[in-house]
Amino acid sequence: MSALLSLAWASLLNRKGSVILTIVAVALSVALFLGVEKARSGAREGFGNTISGTDLIVGAPTGSVNLLLYSVFRMGGATAEVSWPTYQKIAAREDVAWMVPIALGDSHRGYRVMGTNLDYFDHYKFGGGQQLSFAQGEPFSDLFDAVIGSEVARELGYTLDTPVTLSHGLGAADLGSGHENRPFRITGILKPTGTPVDRTVHVSLEAITAIHVGWETGAKNPLADTIPEEMIRSFDLTPKTVTAIFVGLERKGTILTTRRAINTNRGEPLMAIIPGEALAELWNVTSVAERALLAVSAFVIAVGLVSILTSILTSLNERRREMSILRATGARPHHIFLLLVFEAGLIGFLGAVLGIVLIHGLIAVLAPLLQAQYGVAFSMGAPGLVDLAVLGAVTGASLVIGAIPALTAMRRSLADGLSVRL
Amino acid sequence: MSQPVIDIRDIAFAWKQGPQVLDIPAFRVDPGERVFLRGPSGSGKSTLLGLIAGVLAPQSGSIRVLGADMSALSPSKRDRLRADHVGVIFQMFNLVPYLSVTGNVLLPLRFSPARRKAAGNDAEGEARRLLARLGLEDEQLLKRRVSDLSVGQQQRVAAARALIGAPKLIIADEPTSALDADARDRFIALLSEEVTRTGASLLFVSHDASLAPLFTRAVDLAAINRAMTRAGAAA
Repeated sequence: MSALLSLAWASLLNRKGSVILTIVAVALSVALFLGVEKARSGAREGFGNTISGTDLIVGAPTGSVNLLLYSVFRMGGATAEVSWPTYQKIAAREDVAWMVPIALGDSHRGYRVMGTNLDYFDHYKFGGGQQLSFAQGEPFSDLFDAVIGSEVARELGYTLDTPVTLSHGLGAADLGSGHENRPFRITGILKPTGTPVDRTVHVSLEAITAIHVGWETGAKNPLADTIPEEMIRSFDLTPKTVTAIFVGLERKGTILTTRRAINTNRGEPLMAIIPGEALAELWNVTSVAERALLAVSAFVIAVGLVSILTSILTSLNERRREMSILRATGARPHHIFLLLVFEAGLIGFLGAVLGIVLIHGLIAVLAPLLQAQYGVAFSMGAPGLVDLAVLGAVTGASLVIGAIPALTAMRRSLADGLSVRL
Repeated sequence: MSQPVIDIRDIAFAWKQGPQVLDIPAFRVDPGERVFLRGPSGSGKSTLLGLIAGVLAPQSGSIRVLGADMSALSPSKRDRLRADHVGVIFQMFNLVPYLSVTGNVLLPLRFSPARRKAAGNDAEGEARRLLARLGLEDEQLLKRRVSDLSVGQQQRVAAARALIGAPKLIIADEPTSALDADARDRFIALLSEEVTRTGASLLFVSHDASLAPLFTRAVDLAAINRAMTRAGAAA
C-alpha cells in the first residue's frame, strides 16, 4: 500500500503543472462550499446570540417570528401595542421576576430608536449571558438623554454630549417629519455586541412619551413645537402603551404555564413567545434558501471532482508505456488500479486541505471587514468538524471517481501485456 | 540434471481471429544458460516472451517456467511468478519517468517481497552496487532525471532493475537495437557478466545474428517455430 502511495506521489510530482491546476480547482470549490457553510452557521450563531436570559417576549398578537423580528432584531414593525395597564397587570404576576418594556417606532438617521427603562441595561443579555456594558458614559438619567450602540457612534461619528434629534417613524432624518425641536444629549455609548443593539439609539420610555406630546391624533399638531420643554417636563409622562416586553421568570419551569396565561389573557389580547422557539421557527423560513445555496456550492465541488477525473483520464494515453513497465517489473493489475485511485485520492485530499486553509485564511483576513461593512458574520476559529467532514468526503469521492480511469488503465494494461505499443 | 528454467512443449498461439503466430514443439533453457534467440521482426518473438512471462496464455501445449505450468496457473499466480523470478529488459523506453535512477532499479522490490528479501537489508546499496558494476557509478549521473540519460545508460539502468533481487530468469527483448556497436557489445558483456555472477539464466532476443557468438547457445526462432516454416512454405 505505502509503496503504491509513494509511487502515486512521485507520479503526481512528475506532472506538477497540470496536477497543481487540478488541485487549485478542487481547492476553490471546497473553499466556496465551506465559505457558504461558514457564513450560514455564522448567521445562525449571530442570530442565536442576539438574545439570551429572556424567558418570554410579550407583545400584541401577531406572528411569533414577526414579534421576534421587531422586538429583538429591529426589523419590520408592530401593528398593535400593549397598553400600560396590561403591562402593569403582567408585572404584578407572582411568577414574573423582571420585565423590560420597549417602545419602538421612531428613528434617528436610519437607526431605530428604542424607548425602555434602566432595567434594560441589567436584564437584556446576549451571546450566552453577557450583559451590556458601556464603552463611555452611563445610562440615561435625564428625560432627554440617549444611549447609543457602538455602530451608531462609529458610523455617525458621535461622541458623548453630541446633540441628536429623532424622527417620527422609520424614515431618514432629512424628511424633517420629526422631533427636531426636542434635542437629546448622548450620555452613554455601549460596547460592541455584534447584535442589533449596536444599531440602536436608546432613550427612556418617558422621553418617547415626551416627544409625542402634541401627536395624540397620530399626526403632529402644528402647535406641538410651541409647548416649552419645562411644561413637558411637568406632564405625567407615564407611557400609554409599549411595543413589547421582555420577561424574566422566577422559575424556568413555569415558562409554559406563564405563556399560556398571558396568551389567554382576558381583556386585551396578548401574545407571548419563547425566544428560542421563535428563532427555530425563523430558521425554518431561512433554511430553504440556505439549503439552495449549499446545494449549489456542493455542485461546484462536483465540478472540482470531475476535473480530477478529466486530468487523470487525459494522462492515461501517454502513460500506457509506464503501465506496461510497471506490469513487467511485477505490478499486478490491482496495483495499477490502486496507483491511479491513489493519485485521484491524493489530488482530492490536497485540494480539500488547500481549500480549507484558503477559506480559513480568507475569513481571518476579511471577516472583520465583512462584519463591519455588510454585517455578515462568519463563524471563526480553528478548522472544526465540518472541515474534517468535507475533507473526508472530498477525499473519499476522489478515490471513488479515481476508479473510472483506474479500471480503464487496468484493462488496458492487461490487454497490452509486456509488448509495449507506442 | 536440474530442472529447466524454461520448458516449452507443443505450444500453439494465435491472436484473436488472426493466423497462428507460434507453433513450437520444444524449446528449453537450462539454469545458468545464456541463450540467444534470433528472429526477424514480426516472427513472434515478443509473443513468445509474453507467453514465457505469463502475460499471455497459449491455446494449447505447456510452458513450464521454473517448474510451474504457466497455463495451469491463475493470472494472479503468473503475475507473482514473474514478479518474483523474472527480470525484463525492453527494447527502449524502459524507465518510469517520474522515478529516480535508483528508484527505477528498486521498482521490482515494491511488488515482490521475495526479491526484496533477496536484495538484503540495504536495497539502496545493492542498487548502487549493481549500477556501478554496469558502469553507472557517477553520483551526478545518478541524480539526473532518467529521461536525461543516454539510451545506453537507460538500458543499463533497466538491466540493473532486471537483475536486482536475484531473479532466476532475465528476459531481454532487443535491448541493444537502439545502441551503436560499441555500446551494444559493452552492454552485452556487462549483462552477461552480471547474469553469470548471480547465476540467472538469460534469454536474449534480437534480430541481429552477429550477436550470437556472445552467448552460450544460439537458437533461430524460425527453426523451432513450425508456424513460421508453414507460412514461409505457403509464400
